[in-house]
Amino acid sequence: MKAPKFSYVRADNIDQTLALLSEHGEDARILAGGQSLMPTLNMRLSQPEILIDINRLDALKGISVKDGIVRIGALARHAEVAGSDIIAEHLPLIAEAMPHVAHVAVRNRGTFGGSIALADPAAEMPACALALGATFVLQGTAGRREVAADDYFLGLYETARKPDELLVETLIPAERGGSISVFLELAQRHGDFAMAGIACVARIDGDRIIDARLVYFGSEAKPTLASNTIAAIGGKAWSEATQDDANAALAGDLDPMTNLQGSAAMKLHLQRVLTKRALDAAIVRARAA
Amino acid sequence: MSEETLAITLNINGEDVTRTVAVRQHLVDFLRIEMGLTGSHLGCEHGICGACSVRVDGQVVRGCLMLAVQADGAEVVTIEGLTETGEIADLQEIFVTRNALQCGYCTPGMLMTIAELLRDPEPVSRDGIRAYLSGNYCRCTGYHAIVDAVETTLKNRLRG
Repeated sequence: MKAPKFSYVRADNIDQTLALLSEHGEDARILAGGQSLMPTLNMRLSQPEILIDINRLDALKGISVKDGIVRIGALARHAEVAGSDIIAEHLPLIAEAMPHVAHVAVRNRGTFGGSIALADPAAEMPACALALGATFVLQGTAGRREVAADDYFLGLYETARKPDELLVETLIPAERGGSISVFLELAQRHGDFAMAGIACVARIDGDRIIDARLVYFGSEAKPTLASNTIAAIGGKAWSEATQDDANAALAGDLDPMTNLQGSAAMKLHLQRVLTKRALDAAIVRARAA
Repeated sequence: MSEETLAITLNINGEDVTRTVAVRQHLVDFLRIEMGLTGSHLGCEHGICGACSVRVDGQVVRGCLMLAVQADGAEVVTIEGLTETGEIADLQEIFVTRNALQCGYCTPGMLMTIAELLRDPEPVSRDGIRAYLSGNYCRCTGYHAIVDAVETTLKNRLRG
């Protein structure tokens, strides 16, 4: 189908963008990579009054690292993140996740900030950001504020960003030496939306898990930190008994959504499978490191 | 609401073009309807099938997921332009000899995507080729012949 009529503004600067957001509120949509917004327009699932195209705002571009913090500008394209030496060196979890993000043509256009702002439950970058303890920088006419990933993802496509705020960048602490990260997901076809997925950052000593931060996505309404499972495995050897504990605890952490891709019970099963694969991989990687 | 329009200037297949377009028109409708470049196809029109793939500023993108007004100042290459430059003449020849198309609807989009894989050729496994082409649907061939054609072209290019 064809998109409905709307007004279009090619923003020249952030102040103009914020003024338009403030004026139009929820009737405005930010157009970044457009890889999720454009389908909803073409299918007439959304009908905004005005699109604010931020693609020419240089202040939102680029990837850099300073004092152990990686800054990913909101307009950094997925392909740019995937090919970044900074990401490969400091955020290997994101480098590992990137090939799972849709397909080459979508990665060439889609943006890191757009993925965080939309908060699609099956998206990889929100889960990675939560696992890595990211901070999101939001800017409104009243100024900038920083929101921790733990406080940002509120529900299905629901975030702490207010309608008059623009996500300008994401700040992520570089993965520490000695920590191991693993990213895994299951999709019906390569690049499709995840049915189940895990982003894991752990410290490992031999076959013992010192601690692990486990974030699940795809099955849940939002990327979900599995606090019961984390407590159940922390400090323990990754034995069959610990795996049983993890499987039991995970039922208390997750509330999978039933949809066309599968039932809640099947998705919980898949997340358990991924938990075992992820921690097995973490132990193998720790040994090799 | 009235139809909002905007003047854009862009380079299409090496030629500078200025047109006034509806702001809601996506790039492939612009290319097909306004420019008569009907090699870029529309399948699903929501970013799933890949039939609309075109090259914008050197990168393959979904032509249905970009507004024409966003291409202002850009260099756009369609299958017509890519064919004319001869950049993928070897690939196109092998597509024909290997029967890597039947109805041909997906073929322009396939070729636009594969062109990006072949641009800086390095060894890629058959699984790697399939993953690279996962965003382009073909409903006729079962993909096997397409993967064959890509693999052969890649090997030829790497051999130099």
